[in-house]
Amino acid sequence: MATEPRDAPPDLGISRRSLLKGTAASGASAFGAFQAGAQEAEAAPTGGPEVEVEITINGKPERFTLDARTTLLDLLRERLDLTGTKVGCNHGQCGACTVLVDGTRINSCLRLAGTLDGAEVTTIEGLGQGGEMHPMQQAFIDNDGFQCGYCTPGQIMSAVGCVTEGHAGSEAEIREYMSGNLCRCGAYKGIVAAVVQARDETEAREAS
Amino acid sequence: MRPFSFRRPGSPEEAVAMVEPMGVAGQGGAFHAGGTTVIDLMKLHVLHPPSLTDLGDVLERGIEETGDGTLRVGAGTTMAEAAEHPAFLRAPVLSEALWKAASAQLRNVATLGGNLLQRTRCPYFRDNVSACNKREPGSGCAAKDGINRLLAVLGTSEECIANYPGDWANALILFDAVLETRSGEGGREIAFDDLHVLPGEDPARETILGDDELITAIRLTVPDWAGRSVYTKVRDRDSYAFALTSAAVALDLDGETVREARLAIGGAATVPWRAREVEDWLQGQTLTEDVAVEAGRRAFEGAQGWGENDFKIPLGRDTVARGLMEAKAMTPETNSGDSQ
Repeated sequence: MATEPRDAPPDLGISRRSLLKGTAASGASAFGAFQAGAQEAEAAPTGGPEVEVEITINGKPERFTLDARTTLLDLLRERLDLTGTKVGCNHGQCGACTVLVDGTRINSCLRLAGTLDGAEVTTIEGLGQGGEMHPMQQAFIDNDGFQCGYCTPGQIMSAVGCVTEGHAGSEAEIREYMSGNLCRCGAYKGIVAAVVQARDETEAREAS
Repeated sequence: MRPFSFRRPGSPEEAVAMVEPMGVAGQGGAFHAGGTTVIDLMKLHVLHPPSLTDLGDVLERGIEETGDGTLRVGAGTTMAEAAEHPAFLRAPVLSEALWKAASAQLRNVATLGGNLLQRTRCPYFRDNVSACNKREPGSGCAAKDGINRLLAVLGTSEECIANYPGDWANALILFDAVLETRSGEGGREIAFDDLHVLPGEDPARETILGDDELITAIRLTVPDWAGRSVYTKVRDRDSYAFALTSAAVALDLDGETVREARLAIGGAATVPWRAREVEDWLQGQTLTEDVAVEAGRRAFEGAQGWGENDFKIPLGRDTVARGLMEAKAMTPETNSGDSQ
């Protein structure tokens, strides 16, 4: 069912993201050292020794010169503005930053971009094709697989990986193999149902 | 993270020539394989190597079977690949200890060589502030009188009670494993049992590896009867959590009589902990529940609780007993040597 957006916010020519970036910068001096950790997670590192890599991101190859500390998550969000991939714990514990590298799901927060020369990365922005949502994206909508939505891009990328790996056989197996993605809203029931639906659609498509 | 240079050698020989001396407490240079430990600890400023030597083009990936039960595992094999390998599935403890560890995302990246060397999850080691003899030799141990619920009750010293957090090492230690390593002095082989050292007076030193030494492969010998094996892991939540206590068990049974038992304990010890005295005691016993409970009691003889983690002693005993009974209840397919 198509729905019209209600009370669309006025276009101020400023994105929520650029507004947040400006706020963070002006707040930094006031909060001082306490903010340092949060800033580290937000800003791509600069000033250290560099690495050169060529990475194909969502089908587009590109060459980068990066501070060696740059994680894949930093590269996606801070250099490429692909902010669908989320920063959660930034330590590989929550799964919000999950993307596919050469078809395999990984935590982008723990992956140095410098290790990805020649790799193909798929993010939530590159999952759908030709304006169509990926069946897993549709399945999350159909099954209410989220509440606030913050963990959702990571959940969806992880779920695609889970089905590809062949670990979506039963609901128990889905729960085991999706345990690297935390949802604080507790939408797990819908998430499992979504993975089941997308798995069945994938299997039906492959069989036909 | 502090700045570091990123080095990309093409062979083990180049890697050991390139790595900066790693230092006893891991405060020099560092190798980087999957990165799931080292990047985490660098973000916490627990580690701050001036350079990382990447092993992406260096380590072998994959498991070779030589036909006589011996497996040669490339140190760059990921946890996910190994967990699904037929040779590991035939000795379920080897597979189970892997898929019950970490998350799918981490297992897709983390290598087996790195897995063996993962660092403790002791909160006082990781917080980079508290007294910690492992992180800052001589500074003391804040864990002994602190929040030590997750820490060790076996193999501790007054200097350190950090537990070895891994799972797979506890399975590997059952199978007479040998590590192939490379350093500037050439190659050598290390019995896996000898790799980790007890904290004693010097908890900063965790292994016998040299300053530039790299694990390149792991060899192990899996007997046919190891089809009867389990990794029983007890944790706060049923997936994606470190072990409170665990038991790696392999049993060779003649009816209900133990021909040979192999047992290792995880979660509760400072190093991968094979319980050889309990294995010897079990040999020839009829494996009843009472015998399993007695084996658990014996496995934790000499254990010392530190307050919040006192519960690990009774829990660990029960975990061993449960592991033995679970292994006994298995009906493994016989592996009559035709492993191809």
